[in-house]
Amino acid sequence: MPQTRREMLIDPLVDNNPITLQVLGICSALAVTSSLKVSLVMAIAVTFVTAFSSLFISILRNQIPGSIRIIVQMVIIASLVIIVDQFLKAYAFEISKTLSVFVGLIITNCIVMGRAEAFAMKNPPVASFIDGVGNGLGYGLILLMVGFIRELFGAGSLFGITILETVNNGGWYIANGMLLLPPSAFFVIGLIIWAFRTWKPGQVEEREYKIQTVEAH
Amino acid sequence: MEQLLSLAVKAVFVENLALSFFLGMCTFIAVSKKISTAIGLGISVMVVQTITVPANNLILTYLLAPGALAWAGLSDVDLTFLGLISYIGVIAALVQILEMVLDKYFPPLYNALGVFLPLITVNCAILGGSLFMVERGYDFTQSFTYGVSSGFGWALAITAMAGVREKLKYSDIPDGLQGLGITFITAGLMAMAFMSFSGVKL
Repeated sequence: MPQTRREMLIDPLVDNNPITLQVLGICSALAVTSSLKVSLVMAIAVTFVTAFSSLFISILRNQIPGSIRIIVQMVIIASLVIIVDQFLKAYAFEISKTLSVFVGLIITNCIVMGRAEAFAMKNPPVASFIDGVGNGLGYGLILLMVGFIRELFGAGSLFGITILETVNNGGWYIANGMLLLPPSAFFVIGLIIWAFRTWKPGQVEEREYKIQTVEAH
Repeated sequence: MEQLLSLAVKAVFVENLALSFFLGMCTFIAVSKKISTAIGLGISVMVVQTITVPANNLILTYLLAPGALAWAGLSDVDLTFLGLISYIGVIAALVQILEMVLDKYFPPLYNALGVFLPLITVNCAILGGSLFMVERGYDFTQSFTYGVSSGFGWALAITAMAGVREKLKYSDIPDGLQGLGITFITAGLMAMAFMSFSGVKL
């Protein structure tokens, strides 16, 4: 358990990342990352929802009866997501079209529920808020990394600004079209996990079966 | 009929919820270690999906859509912004009811599904199905077909995934990729295989 607030904020970024280690909130991580701009909006939206849902659930934690807590959490989360959804529709209509159902799906994003269940129900409001922000940022970090790789190598641009001139526009870079397709997100995240675990060997999972090594005679 | 059939095939293969929209990924990755549990979860998702998508369709048409409250004399009320909260409420309530009904009348099935039922409330595939229904403007029959077939598609995907993973545990994988990493890459390869259906037109 992280002790200081600073640790609480930094810890979910790498050491306890919601996507690569806790396996939470992968759904949207894969679907919305084909461009950096959309990833950024999604990251901000999720951080907002996680932070405030943790805050409110933590404030109410002593009043919520155990048997209906899931529904109460759902209502709080859904209200926050509606705010985000309406806000995006009003001020960033194009992006809200691209995100389509994935804004609504923040409700069932396991990060939000997971942090509410695992942290906010047991801790005071300010700590829960910081934990929510931290986990939202950890999620956002992966999202931006995937978005960066996919947009740069898939379309040769970042935030819609051309970095690598593609052949179609008379440049030299042959865009890797596969990176714009959904399956590539799996590969990119798989490779990011590999990189993270090579860097932090403590996160490596145990093997179920070991290959037997035979001693030479 | 023909149109419904094409909708069903499309929902199972071309627009598979798990492998082309990545919905329900958390459970997809977490519960796909054994074929038997994967099948159990797949069936429960299918059942819940079959009930919730048409139910949410009714909610949308008779309560939320612009002018839907005409039967109550409120013809210019538009409640669509309450959509998200209503759908998730319906899903949570239906899962709860289903759990109680199964417990009372079909104990063997209840015991088999056990832990998975409550988990389904937070499965993105369920809410995703309802949201796609809204976005694409399906009518009642269409949403029923979509519910059944998208649930079936999800079940198919998780069962296939579990089959692959059962074999995968015997292979020699680099340390860092062990477990989660290789699962992601496998899922990516499966998603690519499913993409080859995208040319299919009925």
